[in-house]
Amino acid sequence: MNALAARDLSAFVARDADARGRLELLVTGARCGACLAKIEKTARELSGVEAARFNLTTGKLAVTLSPKAGDAATIVDALTAAGYPATPFDPAQAIEKEDKEGRDLALALGVAGFGAGNVMMFTVPVWAGLFGQELDGTTREIMYWFAAAIATPCALFAGMPFFRSAWSSLRRGKANMDVPISIGVILTLIVSFSETFQKGEHAYFDAAVTLLFLLLIGRYLDHKLRLRARSAARDLLALQVPSATRLGADGLERTVPVRDVEVGDRLVVVPGDRIPVDAVVEEGASDLDNALISGETAATLARPGTRTHAGALNLSGRLVLRAVARSEDSAVAAIARLMEAGAQSRSAYVRLADKAAALYVPIVHTLAVLTFAGVWAVGLGPREALLRAAAVLIITCPCALGLAVPAVQIVASGRLFRRGVLVKSGAALERLAEITHVVFDKTGVLTEGRPRLIDAPAADIALAAPLARASRHPLARSLAEAAGCGEVATDIVEVAGMGVEGVIDGRKARLGRASFVGVESSAASETELWFGYEGETSIRFAFQDSLREDARAAVAALQDMGVWVEVVSGDVPGPVQAAAMRAGIHRWTAGVTPFDKVTIVERLQASGRKVLMVGDGLNDAAALAKAHASMAPGSAVDASQNAADLVFSGGLMAVPDAITVARKARRRVLENFAFSALYNMVAAPAAMFGLINPFVAALAMSGSSLVVILNAMRMGLGRRAT
Amino acid sequence: MNIFLLLAPFSVLLGLTGLVAFWWTLRAGQYDDPQGDAARILDDHLREGPDDEPDQA
Repeated sequence: MNALAARDLSAFVARDADARGRLELLVTGARCGACLAKIEKTARELSGVEAARFNLTTGKLAVTLSPKAGDAATIVDALTAAGYPATPFDPAQAIEKEDKEGRDLALALGVAGFGAGNVMMFTVPVWAGLFGQELDGTTREIMYWFAAAIATPCALFAGMPFFRSAWSSLRRGKANMDVPISIGVILTLIVSFSETFQKGEHAYFDAAVTLLFLLLIGRYLDHKLRLRARSAARDLLALQVPSATRLGADGLERTVPVRDVEVGDRLVVVPGDRIPVDAVVEEGASDLDNALISGETAATLARPGTRTHAGALNLSGRLVLRAVARSEDSAVAAIARLMEAGAQSRSAYVRLADKAAALYVPIVHTLAVLTFAGVWAVGLGPREALLRAAAVLIITCPCALGLAVPAVQIVASGRLFRRGVLVKSGAALERLAEITHVVFDKTGVLTEGRPRLIDAPAADIALAAPLARASRHPLARSLAEAAGCGEVATDIVEVAGMGVEGVIDGRKARLGRASFVGVESSAASETELWFGYEGETSIRFAFQDSLREDARAAVAALQDMGVWVEVVSGDVPGPVQAAAMRAGIHRWTAGVTPFDKVTIVERLQASGRKVLMVGDGLNDAAALAKAHASMAPGSAVDASQNAADLVFSGGLMAVPDAITVARKARRRVLENFAFSALYNMVAAPAAMFGLINPFVAALAMSGSSLVVILNAMRMGLGRRAT
Repeated sequence: MNIFLLLAPFSVLLGLTGLVAFWWTLRAGQYDDPQGDAARILDDHLREGPDDEPDQA
């Protein structure tokens, strides 16, 4: 493909002061260490490349280019030729620091762990003293000062994520779970210092750090789950064709960044490339693969006058197009904007933990204030009053509450992961549990997503195979696949949009559309191929996108769970109805645009249904982002995988299985909340009546956390979902 | 009691050493690509090349 040679991707390279360049590429197809080695070797061996490091976890390749040398396009081409399609990232977005928040949380967790472990060295002897063992006041004071020296800096550092979040929440006039945590920790430190000064027994330095340690575990697990969901819209934009070939008035072809394409520009698109912007065909004929845009299985014919969409893949012939929209006005960009809007509307979802916090925060703070006022009023003095109020805050601090949700969700997503389902956020599991309605895409979801030859005698296949092997057309490729390896016809001429002609055993033969082979076809269906030797009767090959094996079982399982099921597809009515009927689904809609899909999902949600969208194409991406929850198969385009909450491999049974696990997880979370409430009902009065000492506080806190974690573990031990 | 005053700070110091080591591994980006590192440790070829240093990006 000669057009690949002259692409200018220098816009994607960021040069620093000494002209050394940095380029970041999203590389797909890497699965293991061998791929990693091959990718890095391929990139390093190119001239002008100083260093290349591939991150197998994120799929990003970071390349350093020598000063004033190195060409991004050669790297992309070399990787693509090696079997790893690469897409450059816009430098403005790519060179952002990765996962700063995760590192900060991990460091806070490390510091809290260090603090909790070492403080205990000094407080455990003090607990012994509480039970009448030998420990005089001086020793206890020394122990407490040691504990203070370790706990205070650790708690202040490890508490920063909570303090920051609490502060920003307070400034917005709200109180999230971090408000009582922050107040609790700071008040505990103040009270403990004042107790130590006054040589008292009630210093809770260990409680403050241990509390943060346990909470940070929950926070870190939650962050890990959320991290994957981040880059949805960004990866979609990277998927767009980064450059286009513009045909000048002088007849010369020039490669330009796609964002420079203006309405009215003449563009050249060769076979194998994607159409850069929405355009109208001026010259040439070809077949276009619109699967990414509309979900249609059949390739469509493009000839002068045909309107084409950005992102469509040119299959067979060179096309000259006239741009009718700029890149940011093209259909793909519109889908990206819809996805963003969908993701925003979804972020309005209030998570279970936040709902609990909204109830919990006012109650606990009222209790603490009442305790302070009450104890002072009955004449025990301000010191005792403050001590008991602090004890209320410490003992009721939402340790178990902070762990209740992330612990369950980590176990649940671990279980789904073993089942081949990747969960991208904890919130996704919560939303999935509420699902009442499932909307399936057809192509690639209910069906396998590629045409399969049906009912053809082996002799016929063998006849047509030499021509089929020479063609790029998806139907011909499917025919060639059915035939296996073998000879290839000679003197091949591929007639764009029509078929392929060649010589087999000295005789001229054609494979393609009915009209191309010389047959008067009544159906003129897009899912058939004709083959014939010159001047002989022709053979018809029919293709069908076959249903996934377990589609029917999965649909039945969903219906048993009381979930409504329907199909919404961009394909033509015939195949959609056939697939829906075979899968046992009675509600179906065909021929919808990506925007209609969003509208359908919106309408369902407006009528009070909680919709799970299951889709794989770019045409589903916006609906995936809009739906209450969404799933995409591992075979889906990257954008859809990014927009979806869950990505599954294997059969469709993953959908009912995931809903089952999500519902179980929700039950566990609610149990954990119930337990926390029960615990607080006992612990809070105990603290109010001054029955809490540092030992009891430590025991109660770690005990309640342990119960919550053990309850979460039950998820993993329980019977596997069917 | 005297031995306590010697050993307690010493043990805290040991803990601190561990914490500093953890901070260093975080800074060096050793948790950025667990899958890739799992592969690199098994493959000698991956340790060649000028950019063997931990990525500072």
